[in-house]
Order: sequence, then C-alpha cells, then structure tokens
Amino acid sequence: MSQLTELRLDPTLCDAHGFCVEMLPEILTLDEWGYPLLASGSLVVAVPEHLVSSAKKAVAACPVAALRLVTHKR
Amino acid sequence: MDLRALAAHERQFGPLPEIEGPRLGRPGALVHEIEKAGLRGRGGGWFPTARKIHAVVESAAGRRAWSNGRKPVVLANAMEGEPASSKDAILLRHAPHLVLDGIQVLAATLGAESAFIAVHRGSSVIDVVARALADRNDRVTIELITPPARYVASEESALAHWTGDGMATPVYADRPFQRGVNGRPTAVQNVETLAHLALIARFGGDWFASIGTPAAPGTSLVSVGGAVNSPGVIEVATGTPVAEIIKRCNGFSNEISGLLTGGYGGAWVQAQPLLAAEWSPESVTAAGGVIGAGILWALDARECPVQELARVARWMAGESVGQCGPCRFGLPSIADDLDVLATREAQVADLHRVNARLPLVQQRGGCKHPDGTARFVTTGLHVFHEEVAHHLRGHCTASMAAGSLPIVHPRKTPVPFPGKDFK
Repeated sequence: MSQLTELRLDPTLCDAHGFCVEMLPEILTLDEWGYPLLASGSLVVAVPEHLVSSAKKAVAACPVAALRLVTHKR
Repeated sequence: MDLRALAAHERQFGPLPEIEGPRLGRPGALVHEIEKAGLRGRGGGWFPTARKIHAVVESAAGRRAWSNGRKPVVLANAMEGEPASSKDAILLRHAPHLVLDGIQVLAATLGAESAFIAVHRGSSVIDVVARALADRNDRVTIELITPPARYVASEESALAHWTGDGMATPVYADRPFQRGVNGRPTAVQNVETLAHLALIARFGGDWFASIGTPAAPGTSLVSVGGAVNSPGVIEVATGTPVAEIIKRCNGFSNEISGLLTGGYGGAWVQAQPLLAAEWSPESVTAAGGVIGAGILWALDARECPVQELARVARWMAGESVGQCGPCRFGLPSIADDLDVLATREAQVADLHRVNARLPLVQQRGGCKHPDGTARFVTTGLHVFHEEVAHHLRGHCTASMAAGSLPIVHPRKTPVPFPGKDFK
C-alpha cells in the first residue's frame, strides 16, 4: 500500500513570509506579489515521496501555520 | 395584488401546513417532496436544496467525522451583493410572507430553533421585512439582521461568520453546513429558494416540478438591465428561451455589444449564442455564460466596453476583503492593467500582462471573489476583443460616455485587511 501526500495552503492565513518557498522550491514558487504559488496552480498540491521531508520543513517553517500536510492511504 | 399583509397572503396561498421535524438524524418528511421537486438554490450556485438539508441534519446529528452534534440554524440570504441584481428586494417587497414561511418550513424540517434573515445595511426593504415579521406569530423566531453592504459579505461563509460573533469575511476552513453561525451547522438559503420552499410545502414536489426543465425545475427570477426597453425583474419558467426574456422586456433599446450573465462574478457572452440558449444552468453554461443569481445585462454598443471592464474591475478590487494575497494585490494590479487598456495609449504589452495575471488570482483564494472577477475580465476581453484591438491602434469607437453598469459606494483603494467596514 502506497501513500499519497498532499500539501494544502490556507490562503486566508498566508502572509507572504516566503520561508516555505526556500524549503520546497521544487513545487513552490513566489508569485509577483510574494505569495507562494503551488505547482498545481490551486491550493492543494501532490508531494512526491522524495520531497516529503522537505515539505515537512516547509510546513514547520511557516510562522502562521498556513501550510498543512495530509496523507492519504491508497 | 398586495401580499404584504399576512391576511392577504394567507387568503392567496392558504395557511402553512404543519411541518414534521427531523427524527433519528434524518430530516423531516418534507425533504422527500423537495427531492421530488428537484429544487436547486437560486442564490447563484443552483445546489440541490435537499442535499444541503441532508448535510446540515447529518452535521447536527453528529453522524459524520466532521459533524459537531449541535442544533442547526437557518440563515436567509437577501444580501443581494451583485449591484445588477434586484430580485431579492423585489420579492421581499411584494411577498415577504412567502419568504418568511419558507424560513419556518426549513427550520421545522431541520429542527432548527433559531433563524435569521439578512438584508444589507441601508437596504430599502428593511422596513418591509420588519413590518412583516411584526405581523406574524412564528414557532421559530426570525431575527432581522443587517450586515455591512459589501460584495463579499453576501458570500455564505462570510454571512454566517458575521451572524455569529465574527466579521463579514469568508471562512476557508469550514463550510457553513458544518460550522456556521457560532459553530452551529447552518443552512444558508437565498430568499427566492425559501419562497419556493413555502410553495412546495403547500402544493407538493410534483406541482413544483410541473414546469421548468427536468434538471432545474420551477421558475426563476431574472434581473434584466442595461440596453433593454423595459428593465426590471421578471419571473420565467426555467427553459424559457433567453430571446423570449428579452422580448418580455420589450427588446433591446439599441444595438448591443455583449450580454453580462451572472453579474460581476459572472461572464460576458456575445448576444448570438446566448439568445439562442434556454434560461437554465446547463443551457446558459453551454452558451458560455453563468446563470448565477439570475442577472442579464445588455451593454449598449455605443459605450466603450473596455472602460466598463476597467471601472467594474476597480470596484471589485475595492470590494476584496484583503484576506488572501492574490486577491488583495492581484485584483488592483489587474484593474491597473485595464485602466491602461481602456485608453488609446494601450500597448500590446499591457494586454499580455493582464492575460498573464488573470490565471494567477484563480483557485487561490479563500472564497470565489477573485475567481469571479477574473472570469468577468477574461470573458469581457474575449467578447470585446475588437474594441481592445482598436485601442491598441490608438482608436476608440465609443460614441457615448461609459458608466451604465451600476456600482454602489465606490471605494478608491482596497481595505488593507478587514477593518470596521466588515463589522
């Protein structure tokens, strides 16, 4: 059984500190206003297995707890 | 016929029958009639009303992981945040008791013990509703509330938040049917939907579904405005040809350059595909429009449509709550681009810039305000591409001042974050 990990952003909490983008540049970039843009273009992005530990660092780095990792079994 | 007095209302429609309450975590029996009726919410989403009722009752019963086992609340939405819409006010002005009956019907079916009707601050129908409420002897007391007249304050989670102890700002983490007013499962319904509920309770689901399309039965109120000879609110069966709606408003008053469907969070469509469509969510969508809360606005071909896009986009930017970055900064940036495109100094680079920015504000907000605004602008730039091309060549074909699309309380700059404007 494999796992599917998703990174979710609460846009009402995000305040453009930008630390997450430093931790996870593979799937997060900054938009022109300094807010994280997820590779999916929406508020949820799938995290490949080799990036899960970086994603955890990104979640921990957010000073306003706007990011969350959710794991689904499949 | 004046149905504002309770006696006249009851003479017309008969008394409201006794409505059964929920049992064992299931809604009252009327939900089956509502299912049979196929009623869908008229606030803009056209979401099946019976499904919302089930979700609220399940949440209240604590039967799902996300439910909280608390008494539900009914919240009637007559905020009418879209400036081009007037159906909610017209309905309340003519038949307030039908809406208030609908609140009672919904409250009984859900087992709710508190109910609210929200009319925006400064609205002309506050008195009508207050007088109608004073006339009645309801089982569940309905409280008239007046949230601030802000576009986003009409959004259901913002409305539930304000009705509780919060500000009129959208809530991202929970939907109202899970946690709404003060954390209680909340059924937010548009007042037109509630009026239909009052009739379904009396005459049944089969009666309701006897007109309209099978997928979205019943009638729909349409606010028709702009370049038509008799603007106003009309009621049509769903499935009525859009051309017929325009005919009932005595036709276009001039040549038109496009039609706005669904208001400022909606979509522009060229007259041709839309006039051939039927007034139903499916058919209007297939024609490239949005049925939404039932708005049809015809733009006079003599006006500069790009100036109108710029003016409304600026207003929508000012209506942002400012909670989410892409909306707070993205919408003013898009309005800046349109301000340039609206002039004869417009450059191709300005068009490229706005086209690159529009996707950046979509699917990234806590509510759909930026998405709706982006759709309004994107479809507008598409429908009016010829006029944009004229501007890029240094011409404007307008022969009349722009400014027909209604705007209330223009705000020059967006609020940096929710301030007292949202209390």
